[in-house]
Amino acid sequence: MKDVNQALAAEFGLSADEYQRVLDIMGRTPSFTELGVFSVMWSEHCSYKSSRVWLKTLPTKAPWVIHGPGENAGVVDIGDGLAAIFKMESHNHPSFIEPYQGAATGVGGILRDVFTMGARPIANLNALRFGDPKLARTKRIVDGVVRGVGGYGNCVGVPTVGGEVNFHPSYNGNPLVNAMTVGIADKTKIFLSAAAGIGNPVVYVGSKTGRDGIHGATMASTEFDADSESKRPTVQVGDPFVEKLLIEACLELMATDAIVAIQDMGAAGLTSSSVEMEGKGGVGIELVLDHVPQREPGMTAYEMMLSESQERMLMVLRPDREDVARAIFDKWDLDFAVIGHITDTGRIIVRHKGVLEADIPLDPLADQAPLYHRPTTETPAQAPLGSVPDPVGVMAALFTLIGCPDLCSRAWVYDQYDSTVGGQTVKRPGGADAAVVRIDGFRRAVALTTDVTPRYVQADPEMGGRQAVAEAFRNISAVGALPLAITDNMNFGNPTKPEIMGQFAAAVRGIASACLALDFPVVSGNVSLYNETEGRGILPTPAIGGLGVLEDAAHAVGLAASAGQSLVLIGDIAGHLGQSLWLREIAGREEGPPPPVDLAAERRHGDFVRSEILAGRVAACHDVADGGLLVAITEMLMGGRIGATLAAPPDTVPAHAWWFGEDQACYVLAVTDPSATLALASAHGVPGRLLGQTSGQDLKMADGATMSVAALIAEHERFFPEWMD
Amino acid sequence: MKAVVTVMLKEGVLDPQGKAIGHALGVLGFTGVGEVRVGKRIELDLAETDPEAARKSAEDMGRSLLANLVIESFQVEIV
Amino acid sequence: MKAAIVVFPGINRERDMAIALQLATGHRPQMIWHKETVLEGIDLVVLPGGFSSGDYLRCGAMAAHSPIMPAIHEHARRGGHVLGVCNGFQILTEAGMLPGALLRNAGLRFLSMDCHLRVERADTDFAGHYQTGQVFRAPMAHGDGNYFAASDTLDRLEGEGLVAFRYASASGEITNAANRNGSQRNIAGIYSPNLRVLGLMPHPEDLVDPLMGGIDGKPLFDGLAAALAA
Repeated sequence: MKDVNQALAAEFGLSADEYQRVLDIMGRTPSFTELGVFSVMWSEHCSYKSSRVWLKTLPTKAPWVIHGPGENAGVVDIGDGLAAIFKMESHNHPSFIEPYQGAATGVGGILRDVFTMGARPIANLNALRFGDPKLARTKRIVDGVVRGVGGYGNCVGVPTVGGEVNFHPSYNGNPLVNAMTVGIADKTKIFLSAAAGIGNPVVYVGSKTGRDGIHGATMASTEFDADSESKRPTVQVGDPFVEKLLIEACLELMATDAIVAIQDMGAAGLTSSSVEMEGKGGVGIELVLDHVPQREPGMTAYEMMLSESQERMLMVLRPDREDVARAIFDKWDLDFAVIGHITDTGRIIVRHKGVLEADIPLDPLADQAPLYHRPTTETPAQAPLGSVPDPVGVMAALFTLIGCPDLCSRAWVYDQYDSTVGGQTVKRPGGADAAVVRIDGFRRAVALTTDVTPRYVQADPEMGGRQAVAEAFRNISAVGALPLAITDNMNFGNPTKPEIMGQFAAAVRGIASACLALDFPVVSGNVSLYNETEGRGILPTPAIGGLGVLEDAAHAVGLAASAGQSLVLIGDIAGHLGQSLWLREIAGREEGPPPPVDLAAERRHGDFVRSEILAGRVAACHDVADGGLLVAITEMLMGGRIGATLAAPPDTVPAHAWWFGEDQACYVLAVTDPSATLALASAHGVPGRLLGQTSGQDLKMADGATMSVAALIAEHERFFPEWMD
Repeated sequence: MKAVVTVMLKEGVLDPQGKAIGHALGVLGFTGVGEVRVGKRIELDLAETDPEAARKSAEDMGRSLLANLVIESFQVEIV
Repeated sequence: MKAAIVVFPGINRERDMAIALQLATGHRPQMIWHKETVLEGIDLVVLPGGFSSGDYLRCGAMAAHSPIMPAIHEHARRGGHVLGVCNGFQILTEAGMLPGALLRNAGLRFLSMDCHLRVERADTDFAGHYQTGQVFRAPMAHGDGNYFAASDTLDRLEGEGLVAFRYASASGEITNAANRNGSQRNIAGIYSPNLRVLGLMPHPEDLVDPLMGGIDGKPLFDGLAAALAA
């Protein structure tokens, strides 16, 4: 084993200052194992050392918030005595190295964060960003990630109901895999991670420990270089079958009173789970690693403490319930081992083969963790776009847009995900702006979405952060649900660069302002930094996972229009083409400021649309987002396989800007009594306008341009199967 | 004693995985590849020390669980 | 009708099945752990969908050797009813209770979408609330649903009227396009010779509530409940 010194500390990812801090805390040179513990606990991934100062400024409270950030996942009261528990988490770096396993273990990890708290997982979503589709490598990564998400989620039997897939060359070397899980629990039976009870047994359950993923948390805290591909052995392999058993066994045990505290072993494995549980509980822990179930012979204390083997949980049990717990895990054929006990020392003590391998005071390990106020520089404002002529005409642009990789049908992706298992999926992928999943045994349902428009964030991080939250609010409102809370997954580049940290700080400001204005607090989240390859960073991507509630699932509406309906616009279209997909795909430019987000208008329009849906006056609803108004309308028509005749745009806005501008706070409603809708909108101070009527097989514009919906559907569905199969 | 059980799809049973691999090899420029078949190799550490008894035991396992004789065939090798 | 759902480790559609059975019968079916060995007073044994034992060797292979299986064989031998859906169908073929096998989907990808099934005969306890030739919709969700059997077996199944359902277009044509997993002769489900054991790949249990997109699957359970009413 190597000597412990500053050089080794640097190899472990600790700076000279950080290593000095370790020496000060320990009062001696740490052991190899102790250095490993410090390095993972102080990694960016576990300590949030660059992001913490900014995350603290996010609004996290509301009367319905039961537990905000700081627990394994956020918990909100959704009524009927139920709590929704949810979080989104990234598995970006592992997914680049081994797309299938990286994505699969990402799904597994976020599932554990949720069922750890006592919830049965009822839905998975995933926000995926990939590089340029023209690259062969992108195709391989898409194939592996989609198979991995499906392979894991399908096997554990949690429906994958929504998410996003987008492309941009900035993700060529850093694809993003952000997985979100939502679970449901009795709100009086939430399980937390704070350990308690001196002498209580510390129990390890689940899969055996191997050498996988050692230093995964530090890998997630550095940039990629040319060597990264050779770091393959650290990739963890997921076993969704064991995860399924673990879910059932844990939920069975949670129905008893045996558990004092429970936490999954995620990044940094046994180290972070034991340190966090004991740290939160203000107690100490003594571990005897000889009792850890091991998959490989000859593992060292260092390897066991840092292993990121999947599908493992750590629990503190009531001593008189150990036998009850053991019987449940025996029934499910899962390992169950008492590997230590709770102490009153405030220290983590690790023994292996009779040797004291680590003895670290817990308080300083947490309290004296590095915290950086890294320098920031503001992203300069984009020059105004000015007027842009229409080079191709509206119908031709529509045809191109609905077939482009960022707007085409995602059916090829979600057709590989089991979206119906559980028998409660009211709105499946592609059927509505948000997925809607009913709670088994109740009328109540949750509405779920993931959103962010990274090109907006790049152009104006604050406005982009605000827009991501506003769009989640809109998507949830568009199915008729009341938005309750969000989880944020902050994917950024190298935080030691002031311009990246400036993006981060501004995006947090934007998110915070939207959360406040929309009563839509952050209850959980995750940060993924260093998403850079050879100095090139990703578009800043603060992915927002939103959750809303419907008192009665029967009120939910989808986006498919049908015959004999009027299409009504709610909101104002000014024709904002800056950073629009039209500008990129048709004019070949990625320029201008992103569309401004008026949070008061978002609130007013969203509340109006929701009340109309709940009143039963809306047959279908879709928000205006990527691609603008005509793309939104076309998606509604393709969903219902119905044509429409549309009115001319107002004289004040050029036709292409009206149809393809990405103005915010806008919805398209399919209704049977448009004058009633418009009158009510006007009474609420909400702008509205009649857009046209559905009928026939063709989309007909006021100037006579016509295209069959069947042709649009064929173009919309072409890209993925042609590209991938 | 180690037994290696190789399980293959029977002749005549479509092997889409093999077909896909064959296709991919062609795309990568490997010419002259005929049919590609994909199978499973299962390694068993057996307590048995007599090779014939070990073979017989592995063959029993092959018939009862390791292969589905409706679609698969298997071979046992004692190493 | 007294129904029991067998819970193998890794099964994940047992709750969906329980909901569908409860809707049809008015009471919760019994759940039977795979390590049990006795089935008593049960009219219908259901093997639900999922990934028993992770589907790691072959789908359903390990479940087919579970402790409960001899009791299920015995139940079927006595003329009891057995329904296997998805992984349950795979288990029934692995256990030799239905002929053939389910191979990887022809496109090598997991398929999750609604399909249309044509009812090949309605004069059974399972299909009694459908009409022969009727087309109904059901979600499918499987990676290994490609039905395979030797051609003489297929001829026998067809000759004896043991094909239960075929993948069809919405209007009932038996086409290649409708047969997304590549099953031989578009076979989606088959019966045992006494018509008491049914295995099928799609999930009628997930389409029994208008809120979830329709009730096309409900007649199967209503039909069973009526046929097996005590």
